Amino acid sequence: MTTSVTVEKKPKTKMVKIYIMGREYLVPEGLTILKAMEYAGYRLIRGVGCRAGFCGACSTVYRLKGDYRLYTALACQTTVQDGMYLVQLPFVPAKKPTYDIEKLTPDLSSVLKYFPEITRCVQCNTCTKVCPQEIQVMDAIQAILRGDLATAAHLTFDCIACGICSMRCPAEIVHYHVFQLVRRLYGKYIAKPSKHLRERIKEIEEGKFREELDRLVMAGVEEWKKLYAAREIEP
Amino acid sequence: MSEYPGYPEEFWESIEKVEETRERRLKETFRRLTPEEKEELLEKWHPDYRPEGKRPLRVGPNKGDYVPNEVADLLEAHALIDPKEIDLTDIDYDVDILVIGGGGAGAVATLWANYSGVPAENILIATKLRLGDANTKMAQGGIQAADRPEDSPVIHFIDIIGGGHFANKPELVRALAEDAPLIIKWHEELGLMYDKDEEGNFIEIHGGGTSKKRMHAAKDYTGLEIMRNLMDEIWNKEIPVLEFSPAVELLMDENGQVAGAILYNLETKQYYVVRAKAVVLATGGFGRLHIQRFPTTNHYGATMDGVVMAYRIGAHLRDLDATQYHPTGAAFPEQIVGQLVTEKVRGLGAQLVNVDGEQFIYPLEPRDVVASAIIRECYGRNKGVITPTGMRGVWLDSPMIELIHGEGTIKRYLAAMYRQFKRFNIDITKEPILVFPTLHYMNGGVEINVYAQALDPNGNPIPGLFACGEVTGGVHGKNRLMGNSLLDVNVFGRRAGISAAKHIKHAKVGKLTLKHVEKWERMLKEAGIVTDKKAPMLLPDYRGERVLSRAIDIRF
Repeated sequence: MTTSVTVEKKPKTKMVKIYIMGREYLVPEGLTILKAMEYAGYRLIRGVGCRAGFCGACSTVYRLKGDYRLYTALACQTTVQDGMYLVQLPFVPAKKPTYDIEKLTPDLSSVLKYFPEITRCVQCNTCTKVCPQEIQVMDAIQAILRGDLATAAHLTFDCIACGICSMRCPAEIVHYHVFQLVRRLYGKYIAKPSKHLRERIKEIEEGKFREELDRLVMAGVEEWKKLYAAREIEP
Repeated sequence: MSEYPGYPEEFWESIEKVEETRERRLKETFRRLTPEEKEELLEKWHPDYRPEGKRPLRVGPNKGDYVPNEVADLLEAHALIDPKEIDLTDIDYDVDILVIGGGGAGAVATLWANYSGVPAENILIATKLRLGDANTKMAQGGIQAADRPEDSPVIHFIDIIGGGHFANKPELVRALAEDAPLIIKWHEELGLMYDKDEEGNFIEIHGGGTSKKRMHAAKDYTGLEIMRNLMDEIWNKEIPVLEFSPAVELLMDENGQVAGAILYNLETKQYYVVRAKAVVLATGGFGRLHIQRFPTTNHYGATMDGVVMAYRIGAHLRDLDATQYHPTGAAFPEQIVGQLVTEKVRGLGAQLVNVDGEQFIYPLEPRDVVASAIIRECYGRNKGVITPTGMRGVWLDSPMIELIHGEGTIKRYLAAMYRQFKRFNIDITKEPILVFPTLHYMNGGVEINVYAQALDPNGNPIPGLFACGEVTGGVHGKNRLMGNSLLDVNVFGRRAGISAAKHIKHAKVGKLTLKHVEKWERMLKEAGIVTDKKAPMLLPDYRGERVLSRAIDIRF
């Protein structure tokens, strides 16, 4: 049998030229920015995390040769291009106010208490343009300002807190911390609590399953096998 | 001729076959395998059953036990530090509880220690990268909890233990199933946004190996939603966190208790001495060891550091012979090979089909069974699709989801997956996904009891050492089910935090020592082990071959 996952044929690799903080390197085309930096010899400690687009550690800013635009990307989710001038943004100095979620109300005043600067939003939409998750960042800030926390919570759900928006914002808003508070207010106070869950917890606390679980723990392999084979599977 | 701009032309014929068979397959359910058929499939095709992939340990509490070669290499390695260079009389941090690891398990343990009365400033979290940089954040599909009236913790128990091939520690299984609803309630109170209907009922679906629908999800960012809320709470409570400072060795005291750790600042290269009355080990699993050269879904820091450190002070390990390969890692495009394609895609109805567009396995068999079936299809029956880099894969027919549940379902419930592939010009609402198994989870690890105390080979708790999450073994037996890992970090993180808080009330720490490291070096020598490997590994090294061949270390 073979379970090998090694490469069976190796096509000739074309190389592209990239510039890591201005210094030129030749790397194989088709690599992600992250893998290209490693190929070039960087053993990363900052600017690397989950390597799969979920953690926001590898925010990257780049320009392309001859192009005035400033682009942003997640290094682990973006393929290198010839003529990329790269720099990573491994850390965002951000204001993170502390609060007790138990003592807040789900409305605009709670958000403004900790993040009054959101009223400085000039609706330039730069935040939305730079978001690697394609979140409607500015719309979410505006929704909050209208008091519509539910809309903002849903609009920003896919935020991975990479912080690129916050580094470009002329109003100096730290969007991801604002949105975290808003989502918690929504999840805790606006979304309805589950009824079944509470009923089940009551049953557990009353010991409804205790005896059967006591018995199951002691039952042993043969009995477990029988019970497993006899499971009724919900369609 | 159809066009699929994200896929190379040599795939197109096969994709058309998948499309042709789709309508017919919508009405077809592939037969579930009998226990005997499963056993045969696993024995023949699961990577765990390749004898050349493992060897018996030559030293330590689990001497003689078979583990993957890559695990043995680290468990039989030298220490990173030389005890003679460490000044234990100069203590940098003196705390009640040291939590090693800033992922889900460590964060939950921290919060529950705090809820149990340990003040924030008496806790210290030490973590290798940033707080929250861990596999928890990457978990997509969901978290199990038996809270619907037609379900129960008893049924959940049976599913877990059957999925684990009846090798689990039953009392840990019970804790997992029985605590699950409490965890979800805690999450609701924190303000997590689980997928719900208008009435507040959770939207719950199947996972591989579940007999009832009990998968709670937050789109396909379930782990992210859990982790970022835990982080927010830790910041709100101002609990100290040392980032970029992994533990490299546990500390003992003269009375044989675990009493802290040596941390290493990855940036300044200095060490720190932490004295603690209790240590919670929450360092996660081993994906970055690339067992049998498999790609992995895991975080950059998943190098089983905690298992190595605990083994050296005499902790008993279990079930490390069983490695979980997630059936559906991305096999194309090359940039994201090995990254997770959540089981939720199958939970929502997508089938697995071969190069001819035909099913070959019921898509929601337990993970080890599905992974084996995919490997057989690609290498035993030659019915896989071969990629430009020579990998093989089968199709995960994601467009079925839109046909079953309506247009827009993928964007709504699989936003991360949709985005992941869209970045490479593949639209998973219209085109199938090419997948192959990928290294996903360390089923075994440090043995614990229901109080999350780490155990020695005789089953006695090691004083001062608690462990939770993927670093532990016993909860999932030989194979973990989807949705039980996010649950595990919460259930046993909570138990570890509560237990540690209780422990410190009467614990007294004596003189610190690293004698166990000296003893370990003697044991290696006596066992005749000759190696230049050092552990814990801390981070993998992916630098290019040319660079490594020319690298020199000049002191300046």
